Amino acid sequence: MTTAHATDRSTTTVVAARSAWSAVVRAGHTLTVTDLHGNQAVDFLLYDAHDTAVRYSAPDTIQAQGGIFLTTGSVLMSCEHTPLMTVVEDEVGRHDTLGGACSKESNTLRYGHHTWSQHACVENFLTEGARHGLGKRDLVSNINWFMNVPVEPDGTLGIVDGRSAPGRRVVLRAERDVLVLVSNCPQINNPCNGFAPTPVEMTIDARPVSAR
Amino acid sequence: MGTATTHGAREHARAQDGARVTAMPVVPAGALAAPPGATGPVVWAETIAGGNYGHRVLARGTELRLTDVHGDACAHLLLLAADRPWERLNVADTVKVQWNAYLGAGRLLLSDQGRVLASVVEDGSGRHDALCGTSTLERNRRRYGDGAAHSASPAGRELFTLAAAKNGLEPRDLPPSLSLFQGVEVRAEDGALTFTGSAGPGAAVTLRAEQDLTVLMANVPHPVDPRPAYHCTELQVLAWRATPTAPGDALWEATPEGRRAFLNTAELLASRGIA
Repeated sequence: MTTAHATDRSTTTVVAARSAWSAVVRAGHTLTVTDLHGNQAVDFLLYDAHDTAVRYSAPDTIQAQGGIFLTTGSVLMSCEHTPLMTVVEDEVGRHDTLGGACSKESNTLRYGHHTWSQHACVENFLTEGARHGLGKRDLVSNINWFMNVPVEPDGTLGIVDGRSAPGRRVVLRAERDVLVLVSNCPQINNPCNGFAPTPVEMTIDARPVSAR
Repeated sequence: MGTATTHGAREHARAQDGARVTAMPVVPAGALAAPPGATGPVVWAETIAGGNYGHRVLARGTELRLTDVHGDACAHLLLLAADRPWERLNVADTVKVQWNAYLGAGRLLLSDQGRVLASVVEDGSGRHDALCGTSTLERNRRRYGDGAAHSASPAGRELFTLAAAKNGLEPRDLPPSLSLFQGVEVRAEDGALTFTGSAGPGAAVTLRAEQDLTVLMANVPHPVDPRPAYHCTELQVLAWRATPTAPGDALWEATPEGRRAFLNTAELLASRGIA
């Protein structure tokens, strides 16, 4: 369930806890993702709006910037190593490229088969993606805004307490027309959502970044 | 006889029979003596040139040994369930579920369906990467002047696209890949990557197929290899019949996450009447 309101130049949508959302963001426009209550992971995939075979690539993004965390200046790259969006503002300083989405299937491995009836991000991506003609083949490793996944010197990696807070946001500028898929993560078995998913806000703004 | 006539052309072509070069498939592989450690007949023997690719469907239980012959191979690897490509390698689940960003002996290569595609039986390299994927046409054009499959500096994604096509698959079927024999390390403080390069000539990695698999491999430089020239040398592939991991095996029980992945795999095989 979502609620939206629009002005002349921007549209704001509140995406309820556990819900999916999608939109086309035009080249030069921005998308602001706001963590309304803090410590909520926002799973995020993006595609060239005119050729969805050209899609976000976590490895190309990591290669391009020489590191695994996203923050201001990070360019979100496609599988053809071309820019899709750029992070132009960031109030958190670290976002995840490694963890991918939770699924009912991976939950059986991570926590046990008792989690099978719970919600999961892959279900959101499949449902929302189907509205745009996307299927399972189109799902790849995604971004998790506001999620904190450190890697220790021995390679140990895990989702730990978030570094976000209520109202913190990340602003992305589209480098071409992009289709954005969002799963407002329903995970309740790890700290990515503080064990209690909350709503987030998505604002698409048609004004150039410098004019706001 | 010249090649101006059909008979001459035929004779000329047939004169190549039995030619040997260093990078080529050996057929029939089963005629080869099994290498040390192999438990059954050899089913795939091939040396993949630098800048080239290989692909094969392997039966569950097959062991696949990859060797970095001269120290500058990089095996970019994708695994898909044979005949069910919608189940495929999921790098994010592979690192997240096993709580580790690095690959090595005992690690499982997990699908997006909560199952094991392959397990890492032996690792004589320790220089691998699950984060940076492979190279692209665009990136190789900028780095080396060209990235087309038939150029002097082919990109991994271009070669994966060809290997996928020969298995009836499309670019959309290519998720992020793994690379073996050339590694990166993550700096804990800020997540910055350091390229660790190769362990040197002769390093070998052995994987075991835990389902029937389509294996796609591109042997191209690691995408963050900082050297200005395109360095990639031969990758040796040897596969032989062996036995899949079974309940009671130390690997099956090694971690609770892995045990549940093997259980999920066994459930699939049982329901399909395979094992």
